[in-house]
Amino acid sequence: MSLLTFFRKSSAPVARERLQVLLAHERLITGKSDLIATLQEEILAVIAKHVAVDRDKVQIKLDRGATVSMLEIDIEVPAAVAVEPKLEPERETEDAA
Amino acid sequence: MAQVLVVTSGKGGVGKTTSTAALGAALAKNGQSVVVVDFDVGLRNLDLVMGAERRVVFDLINVVQGDAKLQQALIRDKRADNLFLLPASQTRDKDALTEAGVKVVIDQLRDKFDWVICDSPAGIERGATLAMRFADMALVVTNPEVSSVRDSDRIIGILDSKTEKAERGERMEKHLLLTRYDAARAARGEMLKTEDVLEILSIPLLGIIPESQDVLRASNMGSPVTLNSKTSVAARAYYDAAKRLRGETVVMSFPKEKRSFMGKLFGRRVA
Repeated sequence: MSLLTFFRKSSAPVARERLQVLLAHERLITGKSDLIATLQEEILAVIAKHVAVDRDKVQIKLDRGATVSMLEIDIEVPAAVAVEPKLEPERETEDAA
Repeated sequence: MAQVLVVTSGKGGVGKTTSTAALGAALAKNGQSVVVVDFDVGLRNLDLVMGAERRVVFDLINVVQGDAKLQQALIRDKRADNLFLLPASQTRDKDALTEAGVKVVIDQLRDKFDWVICDSPAGIERGATLAMRFADMALVVTNPEVSSVRDSDRIIGILDSKTEKAERGERMEKHLLLTRYDAARAARGEMLKTEDVLEILSIPLLGIIPESQDVLRASNMGSPVTLNSKTSVAARAYYDAAKRLRGETVVMSFPKEKRSFMGKLFGRRVA
């Protein structure tokens, strides 16, 4: 073992720690990905009934803590023009048909 | 009762095909009848590693689609009588495999062999999920390296959700095969240790295959390392792993690679 390697900090513990942090996070996400996708679709559908929103402006996150879990829903609603609900005569005729 | 074993990893290049060939040959040498099945449609390589590339006439897809009988597609190994290869197609694409078709073939193989070893393609796409779909147990091949460990973790999740066994509510039996392990580097803190990988993935260890030049030499020759250089450290580790697959208890020894004086002096290292 040369002097150089003797003084170099070992990298394996860094790898181990990075993996532990990353996988703790990823296991939650992949385990719950179906739930998140379903929530996203359904929430989007409810909002779209009343407000025209951009699909990409709806963010849904689920954080699982030891004691508390948090469902975070972040919806960016466009400026006043679009907030007017699209009412509704045409829709009703559609429904009737 | 036949065992269907899938050899999988998520990441490519970690040693799935090498391990499939080596374990298949080791089991066959110990009297088991074995078929190794290549699921890597379009990028088949098990035939090459087994040295049977010029003997392929029919393949898995021909059998799945009914163009050939299973017997016509199976290639008997010339070095071990009870070792067979079912090659993948090189020209078709993975969509040619259907779940129902694969099931029929696997069921036929179950009747004929003690071990059906499915060599999975890399990735988590259709080919990989079909390779594991009807497995009784899984071998997760992992290198002591961050990207491989991460992908193995992902594959373990998929084994626990997308296999037929998991969907029946049964527990999928999974084992870790740690390949390309360099004990000296791990001891110096330059490589994840076996304990680190086991703690992170938390599945039982089937074997540790040391980094060895004999593995490349064997694939150059078109022979599983367990047939090509039976006494090499890698081959001995595969023979031990094969015994553990059969339920024997074998102490997890760690044979050291012999290094020449000049090798030690110049610290040769081949990737």
